[in-house]
Amino acid sequence: MTHVLEARNLVRDYHIPGNLFRKARTVHALKGVSFTVDEGKTLAIVGESGCGKSTLGRIITLIDPATAGELLIDGRKVDIAREGLTPEMRRKVQIVFQNPYGSLNPRQKIGDILAEPLVINTKIPASERRDRAMTMLKKVGLEEKHYNRYPHMFSGGQRQRIAIARALMLNPKLLVLDEPVSALDLSVQAQVLNLLADLQDEFKLTYVFISHDLSVVRYIADDVMVMYYGEAVEYGSRDEVFSNPQHSYTKTLFAATPRADVASIKARLARKNAA
Amino acid sequence: MTEVTATSPISTDPSRRARLAEFWFYFSENRGAVIGLFFFLFLVVLAICAPLVAPHDPTIQFRESVLLPPFWQEGGRVGFLLGTDAVGRDMLSRLIYGTRFSLFVGVIVTTLSLTGGILVGVIAGYFRGWVDTVIMRIMDIILAFPSLLLALVLVAVLGPGLTNAMIAIALVFQPHFVRLTRAAVMTEKTRDYVVAAKVAGAGHLRLMFKTILPNCMAPLIVQATLSFSNAILDAAALGFLGMGAQPPTPEWGTMLAEAREFILRAWWVVTLPGLAILATVLAINLMGDGLRDALDPKLKRS
Amino acid sequence: MALLEIENLVVEFQTATGPFRAVDGVSLKVDEGEVLAIVGESGSGKSVSMLAAMGLLPWTATVTADKLTFNGRDLLKMSSADRRKIIGKDIAMIFQEPIASLNPCFTVGFQIEEVLRIHMGLDRAARRKRAIELFEAVGIPDPTERLSHFPHQMSGGQCQRVMIAIALACNPKLLIADEPTTALDVTIQKQILDLLMKLQQEYRMGLIMITHNMGVVAETADRVIVQYKGRKIEEADVLSLFESPKSNYTRALLAALPENATGDRLPTISELFKDQQMLEGAAR
Repeated sequence: MTHVLEARNLVRDYHIPGNLFRKARTVHALKGVSFTVDEGKTLAIVGESGCGKSTLGRIITLIDPATAGELLIDGRKVDIAREGLTPEMRRKVQIVFQNPYGSLNPRQKIGDILAEPLVINTKIPASERRDRAMTMLKKVGLEEKHYNRYPHMFSGGQRQRIAIARALMLNPKLLVLDEPVSALDLSVQAQVLNLLADLQDEFKLTYVFISHDLSVVRYIADDVMVMYYGEAVEYGSRDEVFSNPQHSYTKTLFAATPRADVASIKARLARKNAA
Repeated sequence: MTEVTATSPISTDPSRRARLAEFWFYFSENRGAVIGLFFFLFLVVLAICAPLVAPHDPTIQFRESVLLPPFWQEGGRVGFLLGTDAVGRDMLSRLIYGTRFSLFVGVIVTTLSLTGGILVGVIAGYFRGWVDTVIMRIMDIILAFPSLLLALVLVAVLGPGLTNAMIAIALVFQPHFVRLTRAAVMTEKTRDYVVAAKVAGAGHLRLMFKTILPNCMAPLIVQATLSFSNAILDAAALGFLGMGAQPPTPEWGTMLAEAREFILRAWWVVTLPGLAILATVLAINLMGDGLRDALDPKLKRS
Repeated sequence: MALLEIENLVVEFQTATGPFRAVDGVSLKVDEGEVLAIVGESGSGKSVSMLAAMGLLPWTATVTADKLTFNGRDLLKMSSADRRKIIGKDIAMIFQEPIASLNPCFTVGFQIEEVLRIHMGLDRAARRKRAIELFEAVGIPDPTERLSHFPHQMSGGQCQRVMIAIALACNPKLLIADEPTTALDVTIQKQILDLLMKLQQEYRMGLIMITHNMGVVAETADRVIVQYKGRKIEEADVLSLFESPKSNYTRALLAALPENATGDRLPTISELFKDQQMLEGAAR
């Protein structure tokens, strides 16, 4: 069986040109990252700001090219820097961004936002486009009456649903989720995570879930990759990584995550009283 | 954070009317802008209905009543409410017809420089690199000339006349629109929704004009109103210098130029066209201020 | 005696769609040396109520309260000049975006010394000395060197430390922290929270922690107030809130935490929960 997504030794360098005061230098945002994701599975990429996880997300989504290394989607090698991108490949990978307030065009109605991928990529007549957009709108938990509204009339959670619906309009195989719930309230976060789980089952979607929130990752991921300064310091199944972290950074990360259970509150209060 | 949820209740009427109502709410906070708007509308009506409103033909010369003062002054006649000029033409009628030319100049110049500026600005802001450098250096060169002087030179080359004056002024105003569009495009280009459209497969043209441009319009609209009034002012100045509309066209600036020698004998022939220019420019500028208030996203909360 | 006491605080904003009530009858009390967490989702009015108490809201807001006292002094009857003397000196505040809270045009040393000059009236040498002390206290390495840095030369975590140092400059009795770690990475969040707790103990300050993060509440608070749509839903000490939440809303909020998930799906605060039910069992 071929993997839906396979990365072999991906490297991404940013070249910062020098000027009078500064020498030119190269920033290594990704230093050789390899992984595979199978159909219907979720790979979570965890790390703090500046670890290269968003850079990786953009490479997987075929927005930016990698400097070196190979990227295989559905078993086929993709190299957008040299060969460009076929519409067929374009349709296979879609993305949902972190900030629901910036990812929807404020001048477009919801219906147009959803239909746009179809307008660009297919020759489907307008009436069918409308039907498909309507169906997708309902699938993500919104209603028909929302079709003609503008993004500013929706809350953050609803906008994120719309962004998910737009990403699914082209029936992609792979969905890159770049911190899709970190800008949302707790209760809304739960709804969106449930929605993502439902959609994964229904469409056999493969997720690459980029996040800094370990509790969310633990809930949604099958495999986990921890990144630190452009390197994958830990990569394995969820249970392996969470029960037996190998790298010291992973351990630091776990230790730093605040715990909201009764036992740790009791422990803290006891410590405080003792002091 | 709290305000965001406050003003975006999901149940609000989604129609254009609701958005207009919101726009009007912010616009009407500024009283000067509302006055400006009504004065401007009055001018538009006046310009359209000029033949019905004006008491006389603006070019007919009443030889027997030359340089008559306005009616309230000694020697004035009710037949010529605002008096007559040096060759006996009715001032009021000429002023009313002058509105047509001023508004016409404003509309044409703004449209020309706006479309040109947007086109060039979007290209510069979207592609960056050497295209951007070349375009912006050319704009810098245009900006380095005093604007009226450059317009004068252009008119001198093209030949005097209202059409050429408008082309010259439009060219002089161009760089402002280019700069504004470029800056707006550059900020919008990095937003997630643009990347999302790219991921959906949108090409350069679609990204430039369908995705990015509509989100850059607010500052451009404000700049357009301001350059509308500037265009009227510059056209009047060119007219005054004899390079704009040619006599006997009842253009305000040209009227001023013709009346120059009578400035000490008959105040009304210079003051009235001057006042007309002043009031029009002021009204449009006030309106532009109000537009800025209403369109500035910082003041809004959605 | 309570340090800060607020009774029946109401804040209304004038908007295009008519008046909007952001805070609706909130009462709270903070004692010396106590950590109070105000937790709520966006739109719960948690930040607004604190900004109102400090008189930092724009003119579109109308603030009324039955009682608003700090350290026994009535903030409502005070002139704004007197109020300003208290705010920044006895009450200090730190915000969510540490880099945006510092003026990018001046060095951090200048900004901290400015506070010391205005509120404490120290001379130049004493200001310098105190600034270095404060930087050491908040754990900024190499403080003498760092004083001459600009905010953009420092990381978010470092900037938040500077903000805390500035807040502590005048030995405040009460520190209000508005989502102090939301913009920071987890490992940095841990450091900042530890620092805040350590300093709170050292200086015996009252600390109001405004947050949406249940984990942060669990790690820091003595007492917790849960807010929803401008109202106080529940008030309890931290252990009983997590052990046996009284209101439906708090229960739903805790259940929605991914780490508490038991099955395949997260329980959500569904549409069935109408506002009325949310407010059930509210400690009003």
